[in-house]
Amino acid sequence: MSYFIDRRPNARNKSAVNRQRFLQRYRSHIKRAVEESVNRRSITDMERGEKVSIPAKDISEPSFEHGPGGRRTVVSPGNREFAEGDRLRRPSGGGGQGSGEGQAGNQGEGVDEFVFSLSREEFLDFVFDGLELPHLERKQLQVLEETRPVRAGISKEGVPARINIVRSMREAQARRIGMRAPLKRALREAQEALDAEERKDPVLRNPARVSELKSEIERLEKRIEAIPFLDTYDLRYNHLTHQPMPSNQAVMFCIMDVSGSMTQAHKDIGKRFFLLLYLFLERNYEKVELVFVRHHTVAKEVDEEEFFYSRETGGTIVSSALTLVDSIIEARYAPEQWNLYVAQASDGDNWDDDSSTCLELLDESLMRKLQYFTYVEITPHAHQALWEAYDSVRAAYPERFAMQQIVQAEDIYPVFRELFRQRAKG
Amino acid sequence: MTRREPIATGSDWNFEALEAYEHAIGALAREYRLDTYPNQIEIITSEQMMDAYASVGMPIGYHHWSFGKQFLSVEQAYRRGQMGLAYELVINSDPCIAYLMEENSLMMQVLVIAHACYGHNSFFKGNYLFRAWTDASAIVDYLVFARKYVAKCEERHGVEAVEQLLDACHALQNYGVDRYKRPSPVSAEEEVRRQDEREAYLQTQVNRLWSTIPAPVSGLVQPPSHDFENDPLGLHRHDRYPSEPQENLLYFLEKNAPLLEPWQREIVRIVRKLAQYFYPQRQTQVMNEGWATFWHYTLMNRLYDDGLIDEGIMLEFLQSHTSVVSQPGFDSPYFNGINPYALGFAMFSDIQRICQSPSDEDREWFPDIAGSDWLETLHFAMQNFKDESFIQQFLSPKVIRDLKLFSLVDDDRDDSLQIEAIHDDRGYRRIREALSVQYALSAREPNIQVWEADIRGDRSLTLRHVQDRRRPLGQSLFPVMRHLHQLWGFPIKLESMEEGEVVRRYQWPIPESNRESA
Repeated sequence: MSYFIDRRPNARNKSAVNRQRFLQRYRSHIKRAVEESVNRRSITDMERGEKVSIPAKDISEPSFEHGPGGRRTVVSPGNREFAEGDRLRRPSGGGGQGSGEGQAGNQGEGVDEFVFSLSREEFLDFVFDGLELPHLERKQLQVLEETRPVRAGISKEGVPARINIVRSMREAQARRIGMRAPLKRALREAQEALDAEERKDPVLRNPARVSELKSEIERLEKRIEAIPFLDTYDLRYNHLTHQPMPSNQAVMFCIMDVSGSMTQAHKDIGKRFFLLLYLFLERNYEKVELVFVRHHTVAKEVDEEEFFYSRETGGTIVSSALTLVDSIIEARYAPEQWNLYVAQASDGDNWDDDSSTCLELLDESLMRKLQYFTYVEITPHAHQALWEAYDSVRAAYPERFAMQQIVQAEDIYPVFRELFRQRAKG
Repeated sequence: MTRREPIATGSDWNFEALEAYEHAIGALAREYRLDTYPNQIEIITSEQMMDAYASVGMPIGYHHWSFGKQFLSVEQAYRRGQMGLAYELVINSDPCIAYLMEENSLMMQVLVIAHACYGHNSFFKGNYLFRAWTDASAIVDYLVFARKYVAKCEERHGVEAVEQLLDACHALQNYGVDRYKRPSPVSAEEEVRRQDEREAYLQTQVNRLWSTIPAPVSGLVQPPSHDFENDPLGLHRHDRYPSEPQENLLYFLEKNAPLLEPWQREIVRIVRKLAQYFYPQRQTQVMNEGWATFWHYTLMNRLYDDGLIDEGIMLEFLQSHTSVVSQPGFDSPYFNGINPYALGFAMFSDIQRICQSPSDEDREWFPDIAGSDWLETLHFAMQNFKDESFIQQFLSPKVIRDLKLFSLVDDDRDDSLQIEAIHDDRGYRRIREALSVQYALSAREPNIQVWEADIRGDRSLTLRHVQDRRRPLGQSLFPVMRHLHQLWGFPIKLESMEEGEVVRRYQWPIPESNRESA
């Protein structure tokens, strides 16, 4: 007897738990591999999974087995020229006897690395593992449109659309019971009196009393009847209040120096840094907007393409960019509504007396509005005035301001991790 | 014979065609007296096939990272196109569960039905090892029980603790079988019923064994012979425990490890029972695949002869069959050991030939079966042997010649390799002997047994490894000893024996000589 079952509609991913267990167990290995690959990858490449390889010996499942040595006999097929008693040189490398050992690995040949793929999500999880956004705050919105209605109990007034039927009916029933009770009691008394009167001997009966009682009963029944089933007083409405919604949106300002001293290589490094930050923000906020500001002696808001690839020459005035950012915030991104992040990349050059202006700007205006300001200086050379100025900002806002120096592309990821690593609470 | 119309043609399959073919194959199989469990044939997608693969074909199993590793490697190989998924997977259960992959062509589905649902299925039901070691009707229930139990332990004791324990048990799972004792087959019902009882009982047993221990005297080794001068009452005289060497390491640990909690003993038992379930499969690879291949070949040919499949399907089948039973030579880049399908198919086909048209050579080599009823003989061979004895009994000179088998001796005392035997009159018996040994579990896996548990001294556990032809243990020895140490809780010693002499000693944890002397 046989029967067929179509299992195709059944759940896939039966192995999901085991897969997760594996990833968990080899976390440190995978993390190392992911970090290497982040440094290797180009930026446009971050949005895909990754092939990870782990040394096979690290994940082997040991069991007792024969080692090399001793005497062994191996039977193999396909003899062509051997005759009994022939002697052969032992192949170098010592191995070569694997064939006799039952089902020695059918997965492939000489696998020293265990290779598998991570999905994009898993990959990014590992990339940002152990990082946190400094001062991740849910900003409150005061503006009315950004509220959302929340149930807030029951009220006696409201629009018919929000009528709460159960509660209204309950009220109505209570009212009906309450209003009928005295009438019913009076009715019962009248009925009993009438019954008593009628049980009397016809001679002793008082006809006037009987008709009086009868009309009384009739009147009471009418009044009971007249009690409304549902009255306006009974109606109850669901009450909604408007609660301001916590904002889950962020805007990221990318500021880059595009003066002559910034080469394309510098910009690429900057771009990678911005991209990492963007991916990171995107994982933490529902909505992330990007604003690109580039500057030499004057700052300008541009689109992404222009930001990364157009070249300008001239000197550098960093404060121009900061001023522009400040005015953009003023105009479009109210700090109560948006989580504001600024990432700046520069080679550290600045007009001589501009650095103090930057310091002033940051200290007096910008830093109060921002969640976090990160500055990376892409230079192998000694720091200049700008670094000094920023250093004093860092001293003033140690929680909100971070800066690091990047010399070459490989430094980006470690620097990024350093800037955003989880800080111990308290 | 009247030729009928083919049931279906082309490469697309549908359920009606599959049912009709299954019916036809079933009727033919009865003609050949193939006794099977009922078939439960499940159509699955390739992704589901990967899942099934990763759990070694078990329809359900407990969670463990090693299955995840298995899944990832299957997935990777499949994605890279290095590996086609095997087109069949069949489970020794009653009903016998076989998987057909959705992507397979009609021919492939019919082939798998013949191969798995009638070939493997009848092997599971007929072969003595499977009959003795597995209970097909209980395995699925037992797997469900095991999964639930392990999940419960994870909830109570944490995933990590359970994982550690399973790692240790898995390292020893090839040593969880009594080879010479008749086992009791697994049964989920009974497991559940007796579980609590057993937990309590086991613990008292262990306590009784260990309660006789005096406080261990550190660094003092008991004199092996009785010393009348210092111990006139014979307080230190005792027999070795266990009195006989124990080959079932997991069983020994389950019953005797002093520090395991009852739930830990239960998990050791689960791994042991599942290892027992797979024990026959490890010993009948050649026979099992050979038997199934022989029958799919025979049944497909019958379908064609009866006109139930057309030339197109038959040609597709022959191409597939040829690649399944191909055996690349040892020097081919595709060589990956002896192909069990090729060897098994060649041997069963040759038994049929010996019965039907024996040559003089066959009469000399196989006087009992030459000219006998082939079906009878084939069933006898399938039922009563495992790879080792099957080869010993039935590997004929013709198969040795056809496969051009030769045997090579690699001796580390010799600086060159030697061809010991080839496919000629002087070599047949030696090749047969050597190939049989090659499939013997006892030669494939090191022979390691529990020798002594020092229940009066330092509680160390001593294992003895009897070397087979001077072959030492491989590098994975210490990781395994570490796992053993986790289970036992006290030092593990291992002695490698050669001709009754200890030739090597190992210990875990590795003793620090400084500490020893201090």
